Amino acid sequence: MIVGYVLREALRRRVFAVVLLLTAVFLVLFWVANHYVHGELRTLQVPQDVPVDARTFASAFLGGLALFATMFLGVVLAVFLTLGAVRGDAERGLLQPLVVRPVGRSTFLVARFLGAVAVTAPYVIVVDLAAVVITGLTMHWWPDRIATPAVEVACAVAIVTALALLGSIFLSSTANGIAIFMLFGAGLVAGLLGTIGHVIGSTAIRHASTVAAYLTPFEALYQDALRQLTSSTTGLTGFLLQLGPFGGAYVHGWPVRLWAAAFFVLVGVTALLAFRRRDL
Amino acid sequence: MPAALAVRDLAKRYGAVTALGGVDLEVVEGELVGLLGPNGAGKSTLVKIACGLVRQTAGTAEICGAPAGSTAARARIGYLAELFRFPGWMSADEVLVLHQRLSGSSGGERERTDLLELVALREARGRRVEEMSKGMQQRLGVAQALVGTPRLLLLDEPTSALDPVGRRTVRTLLEELRARGISVLLNSHLLSEIELVCDHVVILLGGKVVAAGTPDELSRPRGIELETDRGTRMVEGTREDVPRVVADAVAAGELVYGARTRQSTLEDVYLEAVGGETS
Repeated sequence: MIVGYVLREALRRRVFAVVLLLTAVFLVLFWVANHYVHGELRTLQVPQDVPVDARTFASAFLGGLALFATMFLGVVLAVFLTLGAVRGDAERGLLQPLVVRPVGRSTFLVARFLGAVAVTAPYVIVVDLAAVVITGLTMHWWPDRIATPAVEVACAVAIVTALALLGSIFLSSTANGIAIFMLFGAGLVAGLLGTIGHVIGSTAIRHASTVAAYLTPFEALYQDALRQLTSSTTGLTGFLLQLGPFGGAYVHGWPVRLWAAAFFVLVGVTALLAFRRRDL
Repeated sequence: MPAALAVRDLAKRYGAVTALGGVDLEVVEGELVGLLGPNGAGKSTLVKIACGLVRQTAGTAEICGAPAGSTAARARIGYLAELFRFPGWMSADEVLVLHQRLSGSSGGERERTDLLELVALREARGRRVEEMSKGMQQRLGVAQALVGTPRLLLLDEPTSALDPVGRRTVRTLLEELRARGISVLLNSHLLSEIELVCDHVVILLGGKVVAAGTPDELSRPRGIELETDRGTRMVEGTREDVPRVVADAVAAGELVYGARTRQSTLEDVYLEAVGGETS
């Protein structure tokens, strides 16, 4: 019931209309980019002694770019659906009439999360698959894994959603929005630093970025998803892709995925406990 | 049967600020209790603890025997916050449907029709909240609080946005609720309103109860108002003193036109209790 309330509110506020319009613009621009890159590739001369598959390199790069854009759009959508869920709505007087009802605070918070994920997860998966199809049809290249990266990015967005809900218990809407986007940005920067650290062989940077990846598991999941786009690509092409920025993960695999799940549960439990004790 | 609301030694501190400093209060079945006090006296905090929005620092608050804030307690209350808002895109009917589902009410369309009629909003059933005046939204808030037939209604400034007609509608509604056996805790700045409808009045100041009782118990004789050819003045005394006061005035050569005993109003009692505190 509350999930439906969240969805209807988003619908009435024309969130979906704006998102669909901007997503359509993004996909059209992405198709244009693919089209021109494909055209350029036909005239590109790779030296005989450089064993690089230019089409795979360019297509995987575009695929990585699409994955980043999809995650960014998903995060924006998730944050704006949840940034004022508790304190923001309480300050506006929207929350109190709802939580005094027998349904309870925990149910309310879980429903707010599910409502947001019911929007963001299908959105991320559909947009990512659309981007894959655009690249596939235009560049005649398909990623090594198709479904798993989309699901992983959807999970990454779900973690950001949980963080935004947790933040909404303590922070005003504006402060929470700023905090979550800064955290998201910090994760991305740490990911890029980690890639650079691995390329130049810097132990200190690698160590710092590994810690950062575990502190921001949504970024680690995104890196893991990137890696899977070209998981079977080998040779110099694979090596160049790993250099980034859309190449792959220095922290990856099941340890990261399990930690992301544990982190999500930790954030969720903290949010539920904090909301139960919060004076409104 | 346990009281609709039983508060014992209730305290709430926000850091160094004491909002409530040990309050005792009881609202029995079918009783209408008015809560008075200046801003910051702790009235809203008390109401919020009763409906589970705020956790007390010490003491107990029970709704029909269940701890305030528990599921059982929340199932028995209706609450209208001082500052509340419904989503602007919802119609009056949709707001009530949402609250019926949240409260588990099986009243259906009949309940919604009755409630909208009760607050004089029947014609606005399909109107969106954003198209309603503030007074209409306030009355919709009262209807929302009544969804599920609560045993205790907690109203925080329910008439602050209403015009005189709207206030009378709510007043009539409160009297009807009392007749149905629903208990009401009414937090209001409008002394005349409290005086007109409440069975019991509690005055808070600085988080403590400074006066409590029925309006009659709280009011005291203020003296005798004597109207003569020399003007109108107050003379000390009670009803028994009226003949003597009149005789003294006549003996002094005054022409007496009238003599009435005066009781202190709730406003007098309130001002005396809160001293110089502004509301």
